[in-house]
Amino acid sequence: MSGAEEKALSEFSADADKWFAENTPGDPGFMLPLSFLEVSTDQQFEFLCNWQRKVWEAGYLGAAWPSEYGGGGLPQEFQDAATKAMRRHGGPVFLNAIGLGWAGPLLLEMGTQEQKSQYLKNILSAEDIWCQGFSEPDNGSDLGNAQLKAERDGDSYVLNGSKIWTTLGNYAKHMILLARTGSDAPSKYAGLSFFLSPMTVDGVETRPIRKVTGEFGFTQTFFTDARIPADCLMGEEGQGWLIAMRTLEYERGARGGQAGGYVLTPFDAFSILDLAKNSTRGGKPVLDDPVIRDRLVDFIIEGQSLGLCDQRGRIAPLNQDRPAGLSLSNKLMWTEFVRRLCEFAITLTGEKGGYYVGEENAVEDGLWTRAYLNSFGATIGGGTSEIQRNIVAEHVLGLPKK
Amino acid sequence: MDHLGRIGFSEEQADLLEVAENFCRERSPMEKVRTLLEDDAGYDTAVWEEIAKLGWLGIAIPEEFGGAGLSLAEAVPVIEAMGRYLLAGPFIPTTLAAQLLCDGGSDAQKAAWLQKIAGGAIATLALSEPDGRWDDTEIAATAVKNADGYRLSGVKTFVGDAAQAEIILVSVKLDDAPALMLVEKSALPETALRRETIIDETRRSYELTLDGVTAPASALMDQDRAAMALERLRLAATLLGTAEMVGGNRAVIDYTIDYLTTRKQFGKTIGSYQALKHPTVDAYTMFEQARSHLYAAAHCFNEQGTGEIATRMAKAQAEKSLSYAADRAIQFHGGFGFTYECDAHLYRRRAIWHASQFGDAAWQKEKLAALLF
Repeated sequence: MSGAEEKALSEFSADADKWFAENTPGDPGFMLPLSFLEVSTDQQFEFLCNWQRKVWEAGYLGAAWPSEYGGGGLPQEFQDAATKAMRRHGGPVFLNAIGLGWAGPLLLEMGTQEQKSQYLKNILSAEDIWCQGFSEPDNGSDLGNAQLKAERDGDSYVLNGSKIWTTLGNYAKHMILLARTGSDAPSKYAGLSFFLSPMTVDGVETRPIRKVTGEFGFTQTFFTDARIPADCLMGEEGQGWLIAMRTLEYERGARGGQAGGYVLTPFDAFSILDLAKNSTRGGKPVLDDPVIRDRLVDFIIEGQSLGLCDQRGRIAPLNQDRPAGLSLSNKLMWTEFVRRLCEFAITLTGEKGGYYVGEENAVEDGLWTRAYLNSFGATIGGGTSEIQRNIVAEHVLGLPKK
Repeated sequence: MDHLGRIGFSEEQADLLEVAENFCRERSPMEKVRTLLEDDAGYDTAVWEEIAKLGWLGIAIPEEFGGAGLSLAEAVPVIEAMGRYLLAGPFIPTTLAAQLLCDGGSDAQKAAWLQKIAGGAIATLALSEPDGRWDDTEIAATAVKNADGYRLSGVKTFVGDAAQAEIILVSVKLDDAPALMLVEKSALPETALRRETIIDETRRSYELTLDGVTAPASALMDQDRAAMALERLRLAATLLGTAEMVGGNRAVIDYTIDYLTTRKQFGKTIGSYQALKHPTVDAYTMFEQARSHLYAAAHCFNEQGTGEIATRMAKAQAEKSLSYAADRAIQFHGGFGFTYECDAHLYRRRAIWHASQFGDAAWQKEKLAALLF
């Protein structure tokens, strides 16, 4: 980076810090979701849409996307600085996660000119919410076995079947959809195609699913003779698996290009240090307990590990043995860390760990019990930790599939 | 969380890492490691001379004393490579002794010894005592001034490579304050050293009995700096031990993967079983974390506060990670893993060794808790 660019970056960074200091909303008076995965009410939905749009209008979301599609046209470092400022001031999550993080970069990488013009700006502004139709009731981890049918009929495809765990399914305007176009393809993978599918056509119905936290946020989505334009197909018939795998790389953070910000409330080990300092357990300050101290330091070390691994991932000579290792392990390491961290946080609260959201005596409104239960969304969604271990074993360590 | 450490990697580190990896792979194949286990000195003097010629012993010695004038951060990739190939030799004790001399030696001692060390003279440390303390708040060994110099007494343990060393830097109490004495090996009676039987058979360690040992007046290092120098030294030892563990950690994971991808049972390559696959991935991600901590600790080592935090974190993570990977390596090799012939135990033993020296993970975390909370 040149001296002028560095100066521009540091100015941008200072402006962003000031902007988030002034514009990060306080308590809205109702419970906000911890992540994009549990937007349960219209009130939450509208609040988060407004927030996302406001940040985008200020230039701190999509800063590194091309300016002709609503982005800022700046180098990635600028968006990283804006995201850092947002985190520093504890801004609410962005809800259009699938658009910003997965569909968006995918469109930028392999979408047509028309598709980019049609979709990208509205992803940034939260005008169009996106959802994902990958998993099915009978095919979760075995994604390649997806059965939802897309049959070509003139200028349309006709969709029949069902998708599940459709986050924001009831609010979304578009879905990235993995469907079966060829039943006599040479392999289960070759029969799959990828669609940018409208949710607003006849024959698409969503049914909310209540999740482990008690909140809503995703749906089962039913397709009954739903007719979508044929140009919703991305790439060509039979390329669905390839495109879906690329989407998952974006989803898992193994590949960059996301619009920025965060979609899950960031937890680091220091977020529980204050909790620990103020907690008693069995009537005694928890930090007097050497076992708790030892475990808390373990979490701080591990949290620090993850940040350092991000930094080391950018230093090629320190990644020569297994160049893809850190990026492919990223999702596994982070999500499992957050799950265990939240679980530990509950134990810090001692007897009050028995309270839940809505109880006035609960510590931080029951944040930690909710966060722990919610953390499974990330260790299961986007490919379970067990699938992630298979991926790392096979693609990084070279262990055999069979 | 920059105050806990950040990663930086200098060109010198990158060059040294590459050169050291190639050197150690060639000079320390496993047959050689195995042969040296049975050797009295435990290392190959010809390889040691090559190491001296490469300038690695002078990496962190100032240029005015014949060194390269770099820092311990540049010694880290070299030691990581040595750890990876289990290259034996007194590199760590000698490097640490040089640091202790730089920090706490008299001008005359520095002038007399640093250049020699950079050229291959072996030096070591005698800090530990039978009570097993991991800090220097109490030192039982004493030095008493007499007409000719000092009369020493007490017992030191875990003195690395003492039989080969030309000088031994010994911590003692002098006039009730910590002090360091530079003792020339040639001044020791023959019975002063007893070889200890230690868990890591790639190294040599000795018990040193100081009773009856005398040292000239010039042996006393700068006593005003002794406490500070010892504290820095223990942290430096923690960093270098961590580098060796991280190197071994890489190796033991590769060694395990080799077996998992070749051994067949029930008609299948055993690496296809998730019961073996998933813990191997866990070992791998823990290793990657340890390696990140190592290079953050190396980069930040000289920063007040951050250096100590980063180094203690790195040691705790590396000990946990290497112990787990090597423990699983023994188990995953099945019956062969239970034999002396399988290499897995060499790494497991090494992790136990490093845990025992300069504070194990639990001890590091106790220190960290005091620093962080």
